[in-house]
Amino acid sequence: MGRDRFRVQALRMAFVTASWNPLGEAFYRKLELYEMSWSIRDGLRDSLVAAAPYGGPIALLREPLRHSPSSRPQLEIYSASGIAITSFPWKSGPVVHLGWSVSDELLCVQEDGSVLIYDLFGSFKRHFSMGQEVVQSQVLEAKVFHSPYGTGIAIVTGSSRFTLATNIEDLKLRRLPEVPGLQGKPASWVVLTQDRQTKVLLSIGPELYILDNTSCTAVCPPGLSPHAGSIVHMSVSFSYKYLSLFTDSGHLWAGLSNLQEKLIEFDTKKTDRPKQMLWCRRPKSQQPSVVLMWERLLLVVGECNDTIHSTLTQNPIFPVVDVSFLVGELDGVRIINSTNQELLQEVPLVCQDIFKIASMAPGALLLEAHREYEKSSQKADEYLREIKEQNVLEKAVQQCVEAAAHEYDPATQKSLMRAASFGKCFLTDFCSDHFVSTCRELRVLNAVRESSVGMPLTHTQFKQMTLQVLIDRLLFRQFYPLAIEICRYLKIPDYQGVNRVLKHWASCKVQQKELSDDAIARAVCVKVGESPGVSYSHIAAKAYECGRTELAIKLLDFEPRSGEQVPLLLKMKRSHLALNKAVESGDTDLVYMVVTHLKNEMNRGDFFMTLRNQPVALSLYRQFCKLQEQETLKDLYNQDDNHQELANYYVTVSYREKRLESRLSQLQNAVDEYNKAKNDFAAKATEEEMRLLRFQRKLDDEKGAGLLGLSLQVTMETLLSLGLHKQAEQLYRDFKVPDKR
Amino acid sequence: MARRDTPELPDFSLLKRLARDQLVYLLEQLPGKKDLFIESDLMSPLDRIANVSTLKQHDVVKLYKVEYKPTVSLSDQLCFLIRPRIQTVKWICDVVNADKAAGRFRRYKIIFTPQRFFACEAVLEEQGVFGDVTTDEWAFYLLPLDDDILSMELPEFFHDNFLAGDQRWLRTVGGALHLLHSVYGPFSKLYGIGSCSKMTYESWREQVEQGEKQVRPAEIGSVFLIDRDVDFVTPLCSQVVYEGLLDDIFRIKCGCVEFGPDVTSSDKSVKVMLNSQDKVFNEIRNEHFSNVFGFLSQKARNLQTAYDRRQGMDIKQMKTFVSEELKGLKQEHRLLSLHIGASESIMKKKTKQDFQELLQKEHCLLEGFEIRESISFIEEHISRQISMIESLRMLCLLSITENGLLPKDYRSLKTQYLQSYGFDHLLTFSNLRQLGLLMEQQGAETLTAMESKVGKLVNDKTAGKITDAFSSLAKRSHFRALSRKLNLVPKSDEEYDLRVPKDMAYIFSGAYVPLSCKLIEQVLERDGWVGLEEVTRLLNGHEFAVTGGSRAEASSDAQRLVLVMFLGGCTFSEISALRFLGRAKGYKFIVVTTAVTNSSRLLEALLGNRV
Repeated sequence: MGRDRFRVQALRMAFVTASWNPLGEAFYRKLELYEMSWSIRDGLRDSLVAAAPYGGPIALLREPLRHSPSSRPQLEIYSASGIAITSFPWKSGPVVHLGWSVSDELLCVQEDGSVLIYDLFGSFKRHFSMGQEVVQSQVLEAKVFHSPYGTGIAIVTGSSRFTLATNIEDLKLRRLPEVPGLQGKPASWVVLTQDRQTKVLLSIGPELYILDNTSCTAVCPPGLSPHAGSIVHMSVSFSYKYLSLFTDSGHLWAGLSNLQEKLIEFDTKKTDRPKQMLWCRRPKSQQPSVVLMWERLLLVVGECNDTIHSTLTQNPIFPVVDVSFLVGELDGVRIINSTNQELLQEVPLVCQDIFKIASMAPGALLLEAHREYEKSSQKADEYLREIKEQNVLEKAVQQCVEAAAHEYDPATQKSLMRAASFGKCFLTDFCSDHFVSTCRELRVLNAVRESSVGMPLTHTQFKQMTLQVLIDRLLFRQFYPLAIEICRYLKIPDYQGVNRVLKHWASCKVQQKELSDDAIARAVCVKVGESPGVSYSHIAAKAYECGRTELAIKLLDFEPRSGEQVPLLLKMKRSHLALNKAVESGDTDLVYMVVTHLKNEMNRGDFFMTLRNQPVALSLYRQFCKLQEQETLKDLYNQDDNHQELANYYVTVSYREKRLESRLSQLQNAVDEYNKAKNDFAAKATEEEMRLLRFQRKLDDEKGAGLLGLSLQVTMETLLSLGLHKQAEQLYRDFKVPDKR
Repeated sequence: MARRDTPELPDFSLLKRLARDQLVYLLEQLPGKKDLFIESDLMSPLDRIANVSTLKQHDVVKLYKVEYKPTVSLSDQLCFLIRPRIQTVKWICDVVNADKAAGRFRRYKIIFTPQRFFACEAVLEEQGVFGDVTTDEWAFYLLPLDDDILSMELPEFFHDNFLAGDQRWLRTVGGALHLLHSVYGPFSKLYGIGSCSKMTYESWREQVEQGEKQVRPAEIGSVFLIDRDVDFVTPLCSQVVYEGLLDDIFRIKCGCVEFGPDVTSSDKSVKVMLNSQDKVFNEIRNEHFSNVFGFLSQKARNLQTAYDRRQGMDIKQMKTFVSEELKGLKQEHRLLSLHIGASESIMKKKTKQDFQELLQKEHCLLEGFEIRESISFIEEHISRQISMIESLRMLCLLSITENGLLPKDYRSLKTQYLQSYGFDHLLTFSNLRQLGLLMEQQGAETLTAMESKVGKLVNDKTAGKITDAFSSLAKRSHFRALSRKLNLVPKSDEEYDLRVPKDMAYIFSGAYVPLSCKLIEQVLERDGWVGLEEVTRLLNGHEFAVTGGSRAEASSDAQRLVLVMFLGGCTFSEISALRFLGRAKGYKFIVVTTAVTNSSRLLEALLGNRV
């Protein structure tokens, strides 16, 4: 019975394992991802190709080297499934290298060292230069690389100097030290990110050098035979952990990128330089391997334990019919040619366990049991009992779920998931979270793998890039409805999910030049509505960036938080509107912010005029002036013809004057202003005070009575107590004091 | 009629705990030993939240008062706990710049409470120290002074908001309301009167909308917001309820009063906390002063009998007496003697100043009788230079109750005042005029005529603003009319028994029901402003009544808890009146105020010669 089972199983598994090729202990498989939707006349020949990892878009620049000044190369951008996104003639200078940034922007490095950045839809975003001296010396080669700091660019110039920028979002150019003995560009070079440092590894003949910020050091890979010849090609793995070198004698050396250990050494017996060499390695895989591609040959070289020399999975298995392009991924290599696209990867261990011919793994048994069950065969029970006897049912379910995640074909996914679901019926306390989340994730992945969307992500890649980033990528590609569907399906909190999508959508919407301001504002309002977390000011800021100030103002009207409205309005130079909004908000901090802004922005007269129409702002500014700028306060009252306040101001100032003369003159100013204000009572009172002060001064000088500053009544009392009755009498008469005293 | 079952008050000590925890957190943000500079008027509130040992536990080595002098601190880390005032921030800038000039490196942290203002940061920036200091906010909005009094301890609110027209504190008050809202659950209804109240309400609403929404059980029923400038009469009257009197005479500071040697009958001053924990005080605080003596002597007798019980006791009884009762009795004894001392001191002071006459004239003003006599009384008051503030107070009271002074009186009284107390009060008068506290009588016709003339000249929008400006200019009191409408002054021919008060007028010896409290009573009774249209018109409008939007119906107990928020301060008399109203109608009032005020504080804020 047992043998019989194996035979049946072997037949069934055959279709899954047909594409498997053994390499040492591991298997490699090629999965067909897409039949490319594009129709490229000359294939990929003579084109500059850049394809972003994680199922990113593909950019093609046809015939980058101009044959004649009049013919312009065509820049084309495709989705990973080959759907044309955009195409336009390249009008700038000759392009040396194309690359994609982590946020799906296309970087075009030109010969003169300038880097032009385009978005996915081919619209120009910005540009920067890799240094002035490059204009002269020209870029010979450039590389775009990704590190924890973001997307970086490295170039080597005609004067054999390397320049690095580790993050294009925060551009800091680093010119690396000179490499002794280097003429032109090195035979091969790569960028390495190690110990939070970005370095360049380069080869001159058989020598290998590491170039960092300060120095250039010669290094020697352990175990590379001295007769191997010059190093003509090298590549680092996705994680910068492994390095492979290819010499002109056909030797391949692979090891750790810190050059501490050799993993593989292999003689390919091919002396011509491979077109591409990439690492093909999944995280936690059994062994690393290197994929080399020549014109008509693809070679996978891995480490093999049973022989000292590494063996080669014999070459004809991956014939290359057409000009192809390899894209290194986290867990494999994508092979793109003019007709189709495939993923070459090591078969995950769990899939091996399940699908390997004659496998006795619990998962394999469970899958078989389920198959029999669907056929209503009693054999299902036998298989199941066998699993149960070994007490591995839970493991079996887990294996099926995991394997389903790694499978690309929905039918295989389904049969595995069904088996898992069948198995878990027989488990009492099974936590189905993993099962459910895998189901959901697979649905999402299948949706984005659709040719129309074109993001051939594996489950491992998806886990690595996270859902947030996946949604971001969908947003960059403007798949808004799909993004919203995914957010809703995965029940992501609105704040991070749907609303974020809406925000992007709205920001994109405001850039549609053909629609009128009103139409856009209305459309945005209808869709976005009152969704929390979608900031109208953010959308408005976008609109303003696109030069649509009026639209921005319209959108700002929807913004409930004035704290967000006002700064943008200021930026748009709508100061009056900003002031109005700030005052309406009742938030004095905002008002004050606008006032300070206006103060620096406008000339004094206009500034005061503006304030006059806003009593709240005015009183706030006055309050500030009282403490900070007394003089301004005066000007402010002057401007307003506010004689009453101006007079009060003079009176206040007079108290601060130590000298009597200046105090009197300030008081005289006050009298004038009181008169202008038609406040004759105050004017008279001030005059009297001046008279009193003079009188007190006189008496102080004459008799030393110490009267200055006392009130009239106190003065009189003091005079009386000093026995100066005559003077008191005089005061009494002069100031018409009521008779009460 | 009277309902005895007053609902339980929410636990406001929670606010203290919250404030303390946040302060500790902020102090921890600046790890290591540091010196703390505290703004002088934050000293006592801070003491109620976190005492010195708490601060020391969190690495505060020395405490300094902000005194606008160069610092003597030797610490490498300075922490400033201040109100967001430009003046103080400037001083800090000077400190930092002085250190820089001396080549000294220190770390500085400014903690603004209850919030920071942009203006302060702008000053930091202007003085070039923005990068040298870190700033933080200590959201210490409300200090529970007692079980039912929460104070924001922001006396400057009154000056800044009503006189200078500076509205920056409104957001702060809104923040305080928001804090209460988030801790004690949604309000079922909000009423308010006055433009400040309205803006506060709006600011609060905005903060609620922006904040996270969580459903809490409602512990507070309705909220009543009232501007101080709605009712200036009440704070200007002499207080005769015990607590109010204490405040008028000894000045209660942050719920704490300092009795001088004349009260303690020793040569030491004693600081006493005045709150419901003090059993003696709790029973007399709301009483009319004339009752206090009788009560205190009764209490003294009771105490004596309690002590006397010792005589007939055997040892065992004595033991329990000593262990259980004696401490309480001793405590009570101490407090009793203090309050008796205080009352005696009050009596002495008040008889000296012809207090009775003063009160009588006040009552005349409130009733509108014998105006001429009152004026000559005031004239005498001024010429005898009895008290600058008191004279001013009487002047203002006269002006408000009389709807402004006759031009002749206005000029002569002002002249006399200036001659007596000094010319600098010219500015004080200008301030008082601006607030409508001391005005010249003006024919209403001239004003409306002017208004319409101006109105024709400008477009509609500005016209509205100008009308607003005019109405504030014409902030004339319609006290007489209001008094009739709301029956604020009871008929004087009836004998008023102060021992058994029948309405809130008892707090002014039965002569006047405080307008603010009467409004609250009326609005609560009518559940809105319906039927009070005439009154609100006289008060310049800005009234509102809205439902709080709490779907969950509050328990009936919580419904009877009313939060009254005074913007610009309230007096102890008003609090007493509200407590009486609460007892009579089965409500319990929680008073939230920007600061506890009285006539002197109110007028001092308006003196023109400050700074």
